[in-house]
Amino acid sequence: MKKEGVKLIENGKRLDGRGLDELRPIKMEIGVLKRADGSAYVEWGENKIMAACYGPREVHPRHVEEPDRAIVRVRYNMAPFSVPDRKRPGPDRRSVEISKVTKEALEPVVLTHLFPRTVVDIFIEVLQANAGTRCAGITAAALAMADAGIPMRDLVASCAAGKIDGKVALDLMGLEDNYGEADLPVALAPNKKQVTLLQMDGNFTRAEFEEAFEKALGGCLKVYEMQKKTIRKKYEV
Amino acid sequence: MLEIIADIKRDYIKRIVESGKRLDGRGPDDYREIKIERDLYKTAEGSALVSIGGTQVIAGVKMILGEPFPDMPNQGVLTTSAELIPMASPTFEAGPPKPPAIEVARVVDRGIRESGAIDTEKLCIVEGEKVWVVFLDLHVLDYDGNLFDASTLASISALLSAKMPKLEDDRVIYDERKDPLPVKEKPISTTYAKIGGTVVLDPSLEEEQVLDARLTLATVESGDLCAMQKGGSGAFTKEEVLNTIDRGIEKAKELRKLLKV
Repeated sequence: MKKEGVKLIENGKRLDGRGLDELRPIKMEIGVLKRADGSAYVEWGENKIMAACYGPREVHPRHVEEPDRAIVRVRYNMAPFSVPDRKRPGPDRRSVEISKVTKEALEPVVLTHLFPRTVVDIFIEVLQANAGTRCAGITAAALAMADAGIPMRDLVASCAAGKIDGKVALDLMGLEDNYGEADLPVALAPNKKQVTLLQMDGNFTRAEFEEAFEKALGGCLKVYEMQKKTIRKKYEV
Repeated sequence: MLEIIADIKRDYIKRIVESGKRLDGRGPDDYREIKIERDLYKTAEGSALVSIGGTQVIAGVKMILGEPFPDMPNQGVLTTSAELIPMASPTFEAGPPKPPAIEVARVVDRGIRESGAIDTEKLCIVEGEKVWVVFLDLHVLDYDGNLFDASTLASISALLSAKMPKLEDDRVIYDERKDPLPVKEKPISTTYAKIGGTVVLDPSLEEEQVLDARLTLATVESGDLCAMQKGGSGAFTKEEVLNTIDRGIEKAKELRKLLKV
């Protein structure tokens, strides 16, 4: 729903000086944790996100294992200090939903049939949040999975587009998300152009939706290039 | 939430869907039979029972006095919950809501909230202090696929049928209800399943068990989109998404007619 009162675009520039097609500055690093099989740290604007991957490993509890494939489990968690008003520790409904859609965004690229009766566990910790944590989390998780050597068809890159002051814009930051009119987070497995996450809230006309969808997919491709560079930096000989 | 399904049945359902038909004889853009009953429970401010094929969902509306959120001091509050109770399916268990129930509640909530269905400013009694809190509780009685559309349809039907309790010196009198709950928009949810390379409307239970991916969209009367959610462990192409949205916007017009009493 539109909230009135804050002007988000002035002279064609956004409050942080970006144009409508610009991503926030993004930094990525992999192999940042010692014990995890794979890990990644992503700074995306004011977001700071750590992801870890364990597995394929034995499933606990046993009854959730699948006889013919690996399962993928995701826990998205926000640190209590990651938002201005302290977040009560533990899963709330939002985290449970984000964990579910993140799992469904990552699972399509995992070659699960190679590892029956195992689990690939992914842990995403939001240490500082400023809109777009699920996209940054998915991006970091895909890097952590690659770092862990999980057999994958593709990477997954994620980015959102939204609507501010009636205009479609890439990658909303906190203030824009609060006062904007719509948000559309998307994840893409770039090789076969598979859309693996798609959510939306707010108000888009059919035409605005298509514009935002194209913009978000374009953002995913930029993020994908950064992911590849990050992986190459660690593993290139 | 998934039941075990034999590979031979899985292949059969996929084959039949990809050939343009469906197990129950429907076309790709057909709903199963939809029924709506309103005002079933006297204790609730509003209620509705919706069935889509074998799926049955009840939505109940209750209202209490409460405090507004600090960032929206002049607006009433909406709280949506869903329970997948054990009577509805052999795969549902008692206990706190699991991810599928939470997802249903949050996707329905998003459709109602983002469309501005409830005129929340009219639910303010004293700014910053006292507002009406609307509880929208979804009770799934029988799970035969497509909980999203049944739940959204039940929710908006229940809200449209709801009457505000009387307020007398801060006392809520529940057995004297008069004014209708202020509802200014009717969001409609349409859910599609991608099975193999084919996208079909209103997946049945068997189709849900074999689907690759799911797309739910909520639209408002102008045809604009107000909420969307992809689910399932598969993916969509860009063309499939755009095509499905066009189909959903069209279908929602048809469905919205069912809300007229």
